[in-house]
Amino acid sequence: MRPRLTLSRAFVMERTWPFFVDLSVAAALLAGFYAILWIGKFWFSSAIPEVEIYRSPAHLPLYAFYSVVRIFVAYALSLVFAVAYGYTAAYNKRVESLLIATLDILQSIPVLSFLPGVMLAMMSLFPSRQLGIEFGAILLIFTGEVWNMAFSFYTSLKSIPRELMEATSINRFSRWQRLFQLELPFGAIGLVWNSIVSVANGWFFLMVCEMFPVGSRNFRLPGLGSYLQTAAAHGDFAAVTWGLITMVLIIVITDQLLWRPLIAWSDKFKFETVESGDRVTSPVLDALRNSSVIGIINRYTFKPMAERFYLDLAARRKRRRPKPVDDKPRRGAAAIYLTAAVAVLAVVGVAAFHALLLLKGMHRSDLLHLLAGAALTLVRVNAALLIGSLWTIPVGVAIGFNPKLSQILQPIAQIAASFPATALFPLILVALARIGIGLGIGSVVLMLLAAQWYILFNVIAGAQAIPSELREVATLFRFQDVQRWTTVILPGIFPFLITGLITASGGAWNASIVAEYFQLKGSTLATTGLGAQISAASSDGNYPVLLAATMIMALIVVTINRLVWRPLYHLAETRYRLE
Amino acid sequence: MTDPIIQARQVEKYYAQSREARIQVIAPTDLAIYPGEIVALLGPSGSGKSTLLRMLSGLSQPSAGSVLWHGKELASVEINVSIVFQSFALFPWLTVQENVEAPLRARGMAAQQRYRRSLKILDTVGLDGFEAAYPKELSGGMRQRVGFARALVVEPEVLFMDEPFSALDVLTADNLRSELLELWQKKTIPTKAIFLVTHNIDEAVLLADRIIVLGRNPGHVRTDFKVSLAQPRDRKAHAFTALVDYIYKVLTRPDVTPAAVPVLADGRRVRDQRQMRYEMLPHARPGGIAGLLELIIDLGGRTDIYRLADELAFEIDDLFPIVEAAQLLGFLKVEEGDAAITPEGRAYAESEILKQKQLFRKAALDHVLLLRQIARALANKSDHSVPEDFFLDMLDEQFSEDECARQLETAINWGRYAELFDWDDARRRFTLHVHEGEEPAEPIAEREKEQEQEKAG
Repeated sequence: MRPRLTLSRAFVMERTWPFFVDLSVAAALLAGFYAILWIGKFWFSSAIPEVEIYRSPAHLPLYAFYSVVRIFVAYALSLVFAVAYGYTAAYNKRVESLLIATLDILQSIPVLSFLPGVMLAMMSLFPSRQLGIEFGAILLIFTGEVWNMAFSFYTSLKSIPRELMEATSINRFSRWQRLFQLELPFGAIGLVWNSIVSVANGWFFLMVCEMFPVGSRNFRLPGLGSYLQTAAAHGDFAAVTWGLITMVLIIVITDQLLWRPLIAWSDKFKFETVESGDRVTSPVLDALRNSSVIGIINRYTFKPMAERFYLDLAARRKRRRPKPVDDKPRRGAAAIYLTAAVAVLAVVGVAAFHALLLLKGMHRSDLLHLLAGAALTLVRVNAALLIGSLWTIPVGVAIGFNPKLSQILQPIAQIAASFPATALFPLILVALARIGIGLGIGSVVLMLLAAQWYILFNVIAGAQAIPSELREVATLFRFQDVQRWTTVILPGIFPFLITGLITASGGAWNASIVAEYFQLKGSTLATTGLGAQISAASSDGNYPVLLAATMIMALIVVTINRLVWRPLYHLAETRYRLE
Repeated sequence: MTDPIIQARQVEKYYAQSREARIQVIAPTDLAIYPGEIVALLGPSGSGKSTLLRMLSGLSQPSAGSVLWHGKELASVEINVSIVFQSFALFPWLTVQENVEAPLRARGMAAQQRYRRSLKILDTVGLDGFEAAYPKELSGGMRQRVGFARALVVEPEVLFMDEPFSALDVLTADNLRSELLELWQKKTIPTKAIFLVTHNIDEAVLLADRIIVLGRNPGHVRTDFKVSLAQPRDRKAHAFTALVDYIYKVLTRPDVTPAAVPVLADGRRVRDQRQMRYEMLPHARPGGIAGLLELIIDLGGRTDIYRLADELAFEIDDLFPIVEAAQLLGFLKVEEGDAAITPEGRAYAESEILKQKQLFRKAALDHVLLLRQIARALANKSDHSVPEDFFLDMLDEQFSEDECARQLETAINWGRYAELFDWDDARRRFTLHVHEGEEPAEPIAEREKEQEQEKAG
């Protein structure tokens, strides 16, 4: 074609570029292999419950590495669990409503309430290895990451079009093939977006999960969270700053290397009939797609493996197929199910009874104290939601209405949202203390930091979803500002706003456990509130109070969801839907 | 006669509500598919065409009766069938080739063989060059070609098609139909029988060797006859139009066939619409009814329904509900496939809008039990407001859940138009409609009085 240009600079770059990509992919694979060895060595070393945390920045890379591994192992567990849970709930009519209600309640329980149980169980499982403590921390992070993903996958499964399902059964897809070719792709987009939220959540609770006392014992794991907490406890703000810089770096890198490629990749799973105009692009994904190393690995390992797998499935089914239809074994199976259900119910009943017995040890004054705390936290959560709405609605609408602005600001806001507010707490608390504001009000600021992003993103999405014709009508008839807001903008963003507020409210409640109870400069800052009471009970090993406080919180959150948010959501779905 | 490939014996489908009450979707039905034929299944919406197809293809279990595949229970043998779906049902994340290979993969075919088979079938349906494309890059017609390729790649013995052309535009559908017919007649595909569900009468007469017409409430076979026209068929030929006309007549006169209402084995009679309390409201809008009546007046007050559909370029499923609604309200009489306007219908069509609403209100109260009940309930309750659930509970003894919702939706539509009541969608409640110049007259007068008094004071 262009023989003379063969040696031109551009062409050389074009030819060598894939080589660099391949080289970096290969290097990344080797590095991954080494990292696994390192982690394995650390995990199987003997247990040191209380590692000394050095505050020199030189240790930060290793700490960051440990934390990243924890977060992503927990994430991988969450993904597997979410898929299994969503699948079970969607395809078993008998347990569906039970599982979904359970999910609703679990979602409203803060991480710290799981802490003592999980930690002690893990320690007794692997008493002499680091693995036990490590796994405890991972499980804690897991409890902060998993629920929204399970919910997302369940909802996706429930919305698969009937004819697609029928196409799989008429073509004799096995369950596995259906999972890989229909269910997982259909749920992929929801899972990817929820993964981003989940991992952000994991970072948020990292500080709590890496360093905590349980009763008389102290646990401390080497990691970024414990580093930040130690630095804050010593009032070493240089170290806090180093930690924050590391955190920002990790989050930017995760965004660029993982989330953006994933979002761009998941675009092909959009269930749409026409191709839409704008999409997320990711140079990293393009590079990976062109990489021949990945291609070779795919061709020689994954493809043949999948091939074998499907052959095996088909063969196994053929062997199983010709069996007479018979009613009797079904009745036997029903009996087994029934016995199992009764057994499970009995175990649950006994356990619940024992848990309630625990509560007997509580004084009435304790309970009153808890209720007062609950009321205060309720006020704080709603104050945070109110303040959050006040600034995010105008800003979000401005961003949503202005495509240029949203193109610049949205990626930045996305990164800002993944940044764990907990890491900023020490700095903010010191700043607030300087102007004379204590934790009582300061905790509202901290909750706000945790919750506002959910509102902002939903408002932006809502503003973008308002058809431009409606805005043109407002301009055409010269609506005044007030009328514009009350007839076009607020009703238009209403469904999105409600979704945002629901998520934000859950986030604020969960954040209360860190916002109301904080260790700074060698002392513990606390204010009256349910979150502080849970934190304190967890670290004192005061199980009756912990249980009661958790129950109160779950009860409040679930009740508010049922009585306030669900009707509002229904209203949004019916009256304020833009079709 | 040769043995049937698929034979349905007294299959029926119902949804059990309680011990006695159950909603019969399909009455006990016998049906067989023989090798070498294209069978078309016609019927109005709600006659269970798709349900029947799903039972015959093994996708859903009949509530009673049995389906046999070459004389053996369907559930106990490996059957070789495929379905072409109305919505295509392609996996948007798989390429054309991967979509077509998916069923072969499920059968455990080796990669090489899969590749060859899928390329061959893509070539046959005219898709070569599109192997690597994703479905969303293709037009509707091309997408349905992928649907055909995926169904044919397993070389099914019976090919089921569930309204395969109804999501396509007229020209594309025509083109695809004739290509399918060519594949079938030249035996390019080893398929032994085709079973087509459609609501397009022309399509059935064009393709089928045998046509089965279903009636509804519950679904049952009205007539089952062979089409002896030679292929290729000419839409303009007299024999063709006569057959289409005949089918129209069968479809428009649900009460004309002498065949009695099917009786169940235990002597219990299938519930049929005539025994039901609520008449089934056809899902038509008042505006459509007025438009139809005006058109019939323009055509001299009496017209052939087939011609009417032709004139409007309507599919039968779009026209029927409107005709039935006009009939139910006493605006139209249907006899021998002809629709004749009644004096009430003429008065309605020729009035201006407010008068029209008044006439509609009267007709609705006279002929529609559900609307009468809603109006009465609203008048009797002190707060003049009744929740939807109240009527859903009464309806669900007679209709399936989906149908209840649709019945209520139509009733709301009609009642609002007739100003019989208002409907609060957010609270899902009926409220009493306040006619201008009637009820509120008093309060306004009172308020004025008060104001006058204030002024005087």
